Amino acid sequence: MIRETYLNTLTLGLFVLIPAWALMADEPFTITLMTRAAIFAIAAIGLNIALGIGGLVSLGHAVFFGIGGYAMGILAYHAQTYTPVAEWPFLIDGTKSMPIIWLVAVIVSSLAAFVIGSLSLRTTGVYFIMITLAFGQMFFFFTISWAEYGGEDGLSIYLRNGFPGLNTLAPIQFYGLCLVILCLVLLFTWRLSKSPFGLALNAARQAPIRVETVGLDPTRLKLIAFVISGAITGLAGALFADLNRFVSPTMFSWQTSGEIMIFLILGGVGRLYGPVIGALAYVALEHWLGGLSDYWHIYLGILLLLIVLFGRGGLIGLASGRKVAHD
Amino acid sequence: MKFTTMAATVALAIGITGAQAEPVKVGMITTLSGGGAGLGIDVRDGFMLAVKQAGNPDLEVIVEDDQRKPDIAVQLADKMVQSEKVDVLTGIIWSNLAMAVVPSVTAQGKFYLSPNAGPSALAGKGCHPNYFNVAWQNDNLHEAAGAYAKETGYKNSFILAPNYPAGKDALTGYKRFYGGDLAGEIYTKLGQTDYAAELAQIRASGADSVFFFLPGGMGISFLKQYADSGIDLPVVGPAFSFDQGILQAVGDAALGVKNTSQWNKDIDNEANKAFVEAFQAEYGRLPSLYASQGYDTANLLLSAMAKADVKDADAFRAALKEADFASTRGDFKFGPNHHPIQDIYVREVIKEGDVFTNKILAAALTDHADAYAGECSM
Amino acid sequence: MSFLLLIEQVLNGLQFGIMLFLMAAGLTLIFGVMGLINLAHGSLYMIGAFCAAAVAAATGSFLLGLVAALAGAAAAGALVELVVIRRLYDKDHLDQVLATFALILIFSEGTRWVFGSFPLFLDVPDFLSGPVTLPGGIEYPLYRLALIVVGLLVALGLYLLISRTRLGIQIRAGENDREMIAALGIDIAKLYTIVFALGAALAGLAGALVGAIQSVQVGMGEPVLILAFVVIVIGGIGSIKGALVGAILVGLTDTLGGIFLPEALKLFLDPSTATSVGSSLASMAIYILMAAVLILRPAGLFGARA
Repeated sequence: MIRETYLNTLTLGLFVLIPAWALMADEPFTITLMTRAAIFAIAAIGLNIALGIGGLVSLGHAVFFGIGGYAMGILAYHAQTYTPVAEWPFLIDGTKSMPIIWLVAVIVSSLAAFVIGSLSLRTTGVYFIMITLAFGQMFFFFTISWAEYGGEDGLSIYLRNGFPGLNTLAPIQFYGLCLVILCLVLLFTWRLSKSPFGLALNAARQAPIRVETVGLDPTRLKLIAFVISGAITGLAGALFADLNRFVSPTMFSWQTSGEIMIFLILGGVGRLYGPVIGALAYVALEHWLGGLSDYWHIYLGILLLLIVLFGRGGLIGLASGRKVAHD
Repeated sequence: MKFTTMAATVALAIGITGAQAEPVKVGMITTLSGGGAGLGIDVRDGFMLAVKQAGNPDLEVIVEDDQRKPDIAVQLADKMVQSEKVDVLTGIIWSNLAMAVVPSVTAQGKFYLSPNAGPSALAGKGCHPNYFNVAWQNDNLHEAAGAYAKETGYKNSFILAPNYPAGKDALTGYKRFYGGDLAGEIYTKLGQTDYAAELAQIRASGADSVFFFLPGGMGISFLKQYADSGIDLPVVGPAFSFDQGILQAVGDAALGVKNTSQWNKDIDNEANKAFVEAFQAEYGRLPSLYASQGYDTANLLLSAMAKADVKDADAFRAALKEADFASTRGDFKFGPNHHPIQDIYVREVIKEGDVFTNKILAAALTDHADAYAGECSM
Repeated sequence: MSFLLLIEQVLNGLQFGIMLFLMAAGLTLIFGVMGLINLAHGSLYMIGAFCAAAVAAATGSFLLGLVAALAGAAAAGALVELVVIRRLYDKDHLDQVLATFALILIFSEGTRWVFGSFPLFLDVPDFLSGPVTLPGGIEYPLYRLALIVVGLLVALGLYLLISRTRLGIQIRAGENDREMIAALGIDIAKLYTIVFALGAALAGLAGALVGAIQSVQVGMGEPVLILAFVVIVIGGIGSIKGALVGAILVGLTDTLGGIFLPEALKLFLDPSTATSVGSSLASMAIYILMAAVLILRPAGLFGARA
């Protein structure tokens, strides 16, 4: 049994050591895979705030992932074709600058999370799972028929967007950028969970009535958590779109929501590093199992099943022997 | 499995003489798992058959499964370019995956040979000297269907396709050559399986013919329900809903339906006869049009390898452009935008013994080029 | 649009709704009794269709195919319940979602491994093929009429089973108080296996019936699964009556929305824009309906408990 803290340090170490090795060995694709893992980790950290701390089982987080992706896609597409995004009420031009794209992704996905959250939080339990799924499907079908931005074909952005002072097309530099964001998001989440808001949110999940009696509104706490959660997943979506230089409605599909949830559960729900370990493990599995057989989904399925049935608390739970995250 | 997806490295003995100095590494990204796997398997099997027949030791093929997901396809393309350092990519089945992969790999100086998808964006403004389409531009088969409808004298067609870009291209392509009136025009949901409502509209519309583009399972469902509805109008469609893999699942409902294709197993030329025979001997099933496209793609590549070194991009490109190979389709050449100029036929679904298959009736369009070539500047 | 066409479209919506009900009934039953979210329900639908296609191809009999679908899906259901599902009852919804998602992966690729990547053939039996003329002159496929009848019979059968039989009493008791009926000496584990197999059989039946007019292929279950979830959420999870009402509501919305939204928009927009916008809205219609129902009634139309 390993202490959870050691495990977390080890994970972060892997995020530095593997790309460093890949750089030496001239294996740029490994760096691309690690970038993928880092971005998935950010998306799942977003979900962890809603699900792990707030207890909101959202099967619609693909909405925010997709909005982030399309924020990048639409802005960069207009910059690439030299057309304005909108001429009314005032002129908005496209952009190829990552910071601006990230800002737009975060703002738009928070707004969407606010609207979806306000409506969905009227329900609880299974109904909440299903209403978030319904919103996901609405966005999915909408983008499929949104001919202006490629419909089902999606949008190809030929060159990765720029970040001041970096050559983002070099895999290691783009990876570095994603890793820094991952660390910042981790830091933010850690501070959040220790803040008065985080503690109140945790209490609202475990004992909503008590929280109400001390004068806090649990629904409001959960809504704020949902908005923060959506914003972080939206940011991950923008990064993912830049990694692929491509966006499509697949980002909005319910399978994407399911995958983000799998990263989280694989690693350990409610634990700070759960999403990080889960995303890393998933990308590794996808890579290795995919090489073993055309029918690798069977093995992936069996493995997931074993983890749910026998490994409560995800991989971290298995390794540290602690079934419940310490709050 | 004959080859694992990871490293289906083919390196056989027997050399062919030619100018090849460096080996050519080919990365094939195609759909081998999930619902759309049948098409990818056919393309791969056709391609590998040609590779095996050539026995060229300088050709190495790496096959990977994209699971029909654009982001996986992009990732695999990165892997092929960055880690495997391939010279040529091929294999993608779906237009949306092609749009995600092709612009970036050709921009990085690699060659891409498309064995199936031909989105209009890559034929027109987005054309690229290193991109060669060995199948068709997406509109082609629909245009042929329109030409056939016009020639047959249909005046009032009811047309339908799924509500996504390829569906819109299909109806546009049909209308481009059809010229008559439309009794109705419907966009169905992508992945829709029940067409009762559309069939009722067709019945009430007073149409004299029906054109549909519903690939994969959607087409199977539509045809079965159409046959069961008692509507007795002639149906025209592109080959995608009538290929060898799907026909057996449609059964009698497809018998007699006219469809358009650039290939069929009874096209009378030596290359095609040899292909059909070898494919059946190797895999124990009849080849589909996807298999023929995979086979032609590999032979095009082999013909260019015999003439030029892949490291000399200009010479290799010129060698590809010549299309100096024996196509299963007979005459085959590239237009200015590197898309095929070829004949497109009208086929009819027939039953040979217990097996449903197609036979060619006539050519619908001869030496047909696509409508976007003019927009391409290269 | 003529009145007759409207009637025909309403029939189509009804028929689609009834097929959804067969899927949704099993799903809602399983949730009501065991409190389990079963994403793998669509896989049981697929197994039913594949069993029917395989047996019908081997024997030439559609009816034997139906029997095989019922038996195959029920057996698969019972097996999965014994091996996996029963370990999930006391876990939270999150674990259930993940575990049954894993089952989808296993079932889909397993089916592809056994049957190959190409769709299978299953056709409407001769005695039900072709259209019949209804009063008023509507030509309507006989098979679709038969589907409506079978669906309604199943609904009636379920009602009788639950309200009149000993098993039904146990099911209702199980929904209300699990510990109590266990204390009364009823083998709750066996009851759960039976209920799960029953739900699976219903899904398998739906798969086989629908497979005859659609494509029998891997992945056919997932779109229907999502629709079935929409149905039971609208109806109120756990309520069979809710599932029936929800299914018909969803069937009608989906069918009529696809026709009338583009037509209605043509009053304001030019035809091609109207067709395209209308089709987009139509594909979102049932999800909008579901969100609206949940916002107004957070536990669905007939939901007893949230």
